[in-house]
Amino acid sequence: MADKVLTANRLSDGISVWLDAAGTWNESLQAAFVARHKEAVEALEATGKQAFADNKVVDVNVVDVEEVDGVLRPLRMRERIRAEGPSIPYAAGYTGLTATAPAA
Amino acid sequence: MYRYDEFDHAFVTDRVEQFRDQVSRRLSGELAEDAFKPLRLMNGVYLQLHAYMLRVAIPYGTLNGRQMRMLALIARKYDRGYGHFTTRQNIQYNWPKLSELPDALADLATVEMHALQTSGNCIRNVTADHFAGAAADEVADPRPYAEILRQWSSVHPEFSFLPRKFKIAVTGAERDRAAIQVHDIGLHLKKDETGRIGFAVYVGGGQGRTPMIAKKIRDFLPEEDLLSYTTAIMRVYNLHGRRDNKYKARIKILVHETGAEELARQVEVEFADLKDTELKLPERDVAAISAYFAPPELSPRAEGWANLAQWKKADADFARWVQHNVQPHKHPDYGMVTISLKPIGGIPGDATDAQMEAVADIAEEYAFDEIRVSHEQNLILPHVALADLEPVYRGLVAAGLATANAGLITDIIACPGLDYCALANARSIPVAQELSLRFGAPERQAEIGELKIKISGCINACGHHHVGHIGLLGVEKKGEELYQITLGGSGDENTSIGEIIGRGFEPEKVTDAVEVIVNTYLGLRLDPSEIFLDAYRRVGPQPFKDALYGDKTAAAA
Repeated sequence: MADKVLTANRLSDGISVWLDAAGTWNESLQAAFVARHKEAVEALEATGKQAFADNKVVDVNVVDVEEVDGVLRPLRMRERIRAEGPSIPYAAGYTGLTATAPAA
Repeated sequence: MYRYDEFDHAFVTDRVEQFRDQVSRRLSGELAEDAFKPLRLMNGVYLQLHAYMLRVAIPYGTLNGRQMRMLALIARKYDRGYGHFTTRQNIQYNWPKLSELPDALADLATVEMHALQTSGNCIRNVTADHFAGAAADEVADPRPYAEILRQWSSVHPEFSFLPRKFKIAVTGAERDRAAIQVHDIGLHLKKDETGRIGFAVYVGGGQGRTPMIAKKIRDFLPEEDLLSYTTAIMRVYNLHGRRDNKYKARIKILVHETGAEELARQVEVEFADLKDTELKLPERDVAAISAYFAPPELSPRAEGWANLAQWKKADADFARWVQHNVQPHKHPDYGMVTISLKPIGGIPGDATDAQMEAVADIAEEYAFDEIRVSHEQNLILPHVALADLEPVYRGLVAAGLATANAGLITDIIACPGLDYCALANARSIPVAQELSLRFGAPERQAEIGELKIKISGCINACGHHHVGHIGLLGVEKKGEELYQITLGGSGDENTSIGEIIGRGFEPEKVTDAVEVIVNTYLGLRLDPSEIFLDAYRRVGPQPFKDALYGDKTAAAA
């Protein structure tokens, strides 16, 4: 079984978020809680369902990741782009791969 | 251009307040997502990969400086300082917050703009030739008819829950710049032998996963019957269009399954009942709407000819820009300027807030305050005196908007693709950027001549790849991006759907593949006046297959 994380988009602003170990929705994939066995994945799914029902997040999904040298990397390109931001320098102050914060 | 009357103002303002209430109830949890989603879509709000997306309607692609400034303000105040002009002549914002969207829509309403009918299974924003009202080859301005269709279709109760979305395009010239044959309804304005205005009516065109060229079901529909006949088509579609399978729900499938002749017969039956009802267009209404679109008073500016010759001689870059980006206007002392949103290596269709404001400034000072958005993701100044081209050019250079590539190989259409879009399977923008850099040298572009590359990141074909001379379709294969190439597509009066040339290419190989295709064309064209599309139509796919895959084509798509 591939490692899995729980992701969604925050209701109020739509920004991509991942569930961390403290049970909060974090803007960084790297903070995500990683489920490595069936029971943990089921717990993620239940948490996601509840968060959706509680109107905290939308478009909730469990996605496959791998951990390479301590860095989480989604297996699908789509999820990599969700995690890292558009792969292009799209606007002044934002560079490729930094979706959620202006470049320093 | 059209100005809102009291009804329009009240209607749009009411809609904003309704949406404000809906958003507030959604954020408080009173409305669940399932209930809210159709409401937000009716107001142009999507959820994409990274954030919400707002699609603002620009009816038939026409706007003025004040409206463009508002688009810039929206970009700055509610987004990240830019917007993306689309192949539907609209603009999209990629990062607005749901909580702020009602304020953004309220701001838009102050300049007579909104996001209605930019989503959902309704009649969408009506599109038209971006050179409307200015082109030398025009029979009549298509925009009054597009506006009549807009007014008629706006939240039309009978047509708000169609089997699927519905797109209408209107052109007023023989040269089709509105791609009408790949729309659900395409209207070609023409005159009959007595000089009456009317339309050739095409039905059932479209791109997406089942590309179809529209069928002509009427050679000449008198102007007065525009709404009754369109209503007849909509009724046949609403009744018989498939609702069991969203991939077979567009009218193109109905036309295909029913047959154009039988469908035309059914439309005529409906039309017979509707023809002399209140849907008949009164002449005075047509005249009143047309008056809004009266061309500006263009005084003679004959000095422009001498100025232009002098400026071109003095500045090769300016001369190149005029050659590619200025088209003949119906008034000989004027030109139509294409402002390229395709800087070499840039993102097709994107413009920053500052660039939008620069365009507004230039339009107000030199172009009678008129701007258009083209379905090729560029901006147009439809009326510029030749005598003013030099200062217009200088202003565009200062704003980074003077790329001289309209209609050339780097004037690439690309959808947002997997960098933004929740439906996409592959990225479009980086592919466009790499192609643009590869072919960006002015001499190389000039040598290649007219060549339209169009890129879609999924089969929904927002990037119009089916009608690209060279079309690229991004797919996902085993978790990775792959690009399928089609050749020979065209979205003009001789519309054709591109043919898949063979197996797809990985992202790192697709630019080389396009270069092989281009070099093959350069090697076989009869002379430089034979553009890529004509050469392809003459020789067919084989020379390109041979060049790409070797003589023995093992080209399984």
